[in-house]
Amino acid sequence: MNFPILSSLILLPSIGALFLFFTKSKKENNSTIKYVALFTSLVNFFLSIYLWILFDETTSSFQFVEDRIWIEGLINYKIGVDGISILFILLATFITPLCIISINNSIKNRLAEFLIAVLIMESFMIGVFCSLDLLVFYLFFEAGLIPMFLIIGIWGGERRVYSAFKFFLYTLLGSVLMLIAIISIYWITGTTDITSLYELRIDSKYQNLLWLAFFSSFAVKTPMWPVHTWLPDAHVEAPTAGSVLLAAILLKMAGYGFIRFSLGLFPVASEIFTPLVYTLSVIAIIFTSLIALMQEDMKKLIAYSSVAHMGFVTLGIFTIQQQGLEGSIIQMISHGLVSAALFLSVGVVYDRMHSRLINTYGGIVSIVPKYSVLLMIFVLASLGLPGTSGFVGEFLILMGAFKDNFLIAVIASVGVILGAAYILWLYKRVVFGKLINSDLKEMTDLNKSELFILSCLAIPILFFGFYPDPLINTIEVSISDLIKMYNINLIKN
Amino acid sequence: MEVLIVTLPLLAAIISGFFGKYVGDRNSEIITSLLVSISAILSIFILYQVVINQYGNNVLISTWINSGSLNVNWSVKIDALSSIMLVVVTSISSLVHIYSIGYMSHDPHKPRFMAYLSLFTFAMLMLVTSDNFIQLFFGWEGVGLCSYFLIGFWFKKETANAAAIKAFVVNRVGDFGFALGIFLIFYLFDTVNYSEVFEQISSSKDKELIFLGLNLNAIDLICLLLFIGAMGKSAQIFLHTWLPDAMEGPTPVSALIHAATMVTAGVFLVVRCSPIYEYSELALNVITIVGMSTAFFAATIALVQTDIKKIIAYSTCSQLGYMFFATGVGAYNIAMFHLFTHAFFKALLFLGSGSVIHAFKDEQNINKMGGVWKKLPYTYTLMVIGTLALTGFPFLSGFYSKDAIIEFAYLKGNTTGYYAAGIGIITAFLTSIYSWRLIFKTFHGSYNNQDIKIEDTHESPLIMLIPLFLLSLGAIFAGFAFKELFVVTIGPNSFWDDSIFFLKPLSSEHPPFWFLILTPVLVISSIPIAFYLFVKNKDLSKRIASVNKPLYDFLIHKWYFDEIYDIIFVRSSKKLGLILWKFFDIKLIDGFGPDGISSFIKKCSLKANKFQSGYIYQYAFIMLLGFSALLTYLIIK
Repeated sequence: MNFPILSSLILLPSIGALFLFFTKSKKENNSTIKYVALFTSLVNFFLSIYLWILFDETTSSFQFVEDRIWIEGLINYKIGVDGISILFILLATFITPLCIISINNSIKNRLAEFLIAVLIMESFMIGVFCSLDLLVFYLFFEAGLIPMFLIIGIWGGERRVYSAFKFFLYTLLGSVLMLIAIISIYWITGTTDITSLYELRIDSKYQNLLWLAFFSSFAVKTPMWPVHTWLPDAHVEAPTAGSVLLAAILLKMAGYGFIRFSLGLFPVASEIFTPLVYTLSVIAIIFTSLIALMQEDMKKLIAYSSVAHMGFVTLGIFTIQQQGLEGSIIQMISHGLVSAALFLSVGVVYDRMHSRLINTYGGIVSIVPKYSVLLMIFVLASLGLPGTSGFVGEFLILMGAFKDNFLIAVIASVGVILGAAYILWLYKRVVFGKLINSDLKEMTDLNKSELFILSCLAIPILFFGFYPDPLINTIEVSISDLIKMYNINLIKN
Repeated sequence: MEVLIVTLPLLAAIISGFFGKYVGDRNSEIITSLLVSISAILSIFILYQVVINQYGNNVLISTWINSGSLNVNWSVKIDALSSIMLVVVTSISSLVHIYSIGYMSHDPHKPRFMAYLSLFTFAMLMLVTSDNFIQLFFGWEGVGLCSYFLIGFWFKKETANAAAIKAFVVNRVGDFGFALGIFLIFYLFDTVNYSEVFEQISSSKDKELIFLGLNLNAIDLICLLLFIGAMGKSAQIFLHTWLPDAMEGPTPVSALIHAATMVTAGVFLVVRCSPIYEYSELALNVITIVGMSTAFFAATIALVQTDIKKIIAYSTCSQLGYMFFATGVGAYNIAMFHLFTHAFFKALLFLGSGSVIHAFKDEQNINKMGGVWKKLPYTYTLMVIGTLALTGFPFLSGFYSKDAIIEFAYLKGNTTGYYAAGIGIITAFLTSIYSWRLIFKTFHGSYNNQDIKIEDTHESPLIMLIPLFLLSLGAIFAGFAFKELFVVTIGPNSFWDDSIFFLKPLSSEHPPFWFLILTPVLVISSIPIAFYLFVKNKDLSKRIASVNKPLYDFLIHKWYFDEIYDIIFVRSSKKLGLILWKFFDIKLIDGFGPDGISSFIKKCSLKANKFQSGYIYQYAFIMLLGFSALLTYLIIK
């Protein structure tokens, strides 16, 4: 056992947060505070890149495994990564520093506390993606919601308390059921270690209930229709950085959970409930796209589009096809980048005009040309234009879905048309047209840090659109072995 | 070299798009025009190689998507078909680039415009040189995107923005079919590369699929789905509504994208997939019917329109219909022939109309023109050449390709073939009438514009006239010069080689003499008819319109397609969106979900509060009640 790189990844942001905890939160200290947080998250980012370089793509077994006894005979602190999880860790460590840079003037009060919440959340997120023990996973998974809850509740907009509680109420129900399921797994099999559970195979008579319990938690956090209504409210009230973290990373925990646990542990039940997931996914894709069409608030529109995009993800996962699953993971990474970029873009104009309403804007293209170009790239990625990462994910998912079920693939493809309609209409109403609101003339184009952040997001979106090999190669073996294991388990049961 | 042809326009787009501010307006115009022209010269060289040496190559640039059994590469495939398209795209594009220098001289956003044009050229080249369906799709969406940018180029115009979105979304409807076609191909053959797919077609022609309880032949389904994509891009009936609206963009754009290149991508797709289409009688019949319907219906609308560009747009629609029914009767090579000649004369007509619009200071209504043929002698001559070529006047380029289409439709020998030939002849006559109507109303008769004095109209600068002149050479000679190359399909010297597949060789007979001269006679006789109707005796044409008012209204409203679509799709999806949001999400889900639960809990706790009133007698009463209930229970038990 060499250098514990995963534990370092998890702990580093928390150590940074600890530093901030002992710094006095004064106005004069603000820039120092920000630099400490930024430095921590950047170190973490480079560490995760190093992890990606060391990562062996040719095997699907868990790597960098650390196994320590936490509570004798009950919980082992066991962590490790494989092709499925490593990309999510990279996403988390990539988005967090960008988020921290983006906080310029938007957070005026209690900056230190805000950054503590962000850093701790990063710790927990990374923990979620590398835990190899159900209880450890559960702890990270639920703990990650607390900072988010605080971010919305303390630094949010006018209806922040309502949104925070709605968010909490939804997630609570699922969480309780998942905890019960984890405890019952321990009773049934005597272990919560994921690798040994993969080999043990849980008896098929328990699988349905357990699957449903996990599903209730994941479905809320994905979010799937009809338990999605917390998301638009949470996004609208959350500060920009909060929205970014929520959309880019938090939503991905559930998608990851579906792949790792629902497919991995309960293949029989997954097979049974596939029609349910398909139905809810296409409803999400079509319904929320239509709803997005009618939104007047930019953040709400993007939030609804997130639900539609996550609908594609859940659809792809349950195709249990190479293309579908790989598409889902790429779609999640892509959505992480694109939705982060879109929320940051809304933040840019919000900081200047203090309005999220679409009809405040219009005709700003000649006033803020750089902004318009970058926003166009994100809009195109969101509608899945070939040459952006959005296309690779969506197209692979639909290809996989088509292999499994024609009708579902056909309906989901309609969502692609609607996806173009609502997002282009948004762009047109905000950026093009005649300049009517004369206040807009005072707007300034992107400053250096905004330009930097948005470019950092635009580059991978385009790069992976033209050359997704680095992503696909990382996940390829793990996915194909997962599908093999799934099918073997299905037969043996 | 193959890679250079494709990447030079991309380079031009990057230089002009991102560094336009630093290079300057004039330099970015020169750089883009120069790079695209180099690409055009290289393409002509490649075509020469293909014609003389039967050259063919498939250059692999890089891998793109590798997922499981799906392997997609970035590649440049050169064969007879793609080399023809290369020449059409790059040569028209370079002429349009040069023309735009003059046309856009008063526009403040020149580098942006040139960047879009070059980017479009790049996407179009990716489309035609692909060796697989997914790169084709990349180019397909890429040209759609550039079309979106260019239609909405004048972003302050509300109508231009609406037209841009309409074009993109309607095309997406077509792409929906196209994408499903690709999925189905991958599902059946486990590959998306042309050569591997085409190899497996003949062995799987009887495969069936079950969809919604229907048994469908897989090959038929693939062909029809791909054709939906082609209909969107090539503006065929039902999915044509975006093309006339797209005329909101600057005129050079209409010439390049909406006449010569992008809209022909659908025809290219069908020709490229001839190895699949040859096995689907059903799809070929559908294509023939859609093609001839579009040809006819667009021509009828063009008869009454008053916007000079919209007339030409409907004419494009109609000519694309010809190309489609040529493929439908199996004459893929003739469809390509018409595509080739059409590119020259239609680009000529569009750029010529741009020159007219330029002269009239952005006036597009032909009722506000007239009598200026002496003022604009060059534009007038060139437009007449374009019109003659379009109408199929003997020995100009349109004559060879269009008459060949009608002949092959006739020679097909089945019912749809005869119908198509008949419709083709009628449409040729209509084409001739509306084209001459345009010329006569624009250049002859009395001068009808109050806003601009006739003395102020002026001929366009040389930089706009030179491209027009070059195109007119194509419009005159392209048919005669390339006739043999396109028409011959059999024999060792056949240019097409294996880039087009014929299940049965095309009929080599000749239709009867009366049939051969029918179209030219109609076309020639239409010139005096049009002259009489639109110059000599204008009242007669007005009287015809007023007598047939319902028919006239029907045509002027473009068969009411836009109105019907607006009601069925646009408004209903907006309404549905509102209902889903306000009723489903807020009332139902939130009402019974989180909001309902929290208000329920609140109510319960309020009720519970009431119990703790603090009055002893209430507590005592409840205790008594409970005690008696317990007692009753025990006694009964």
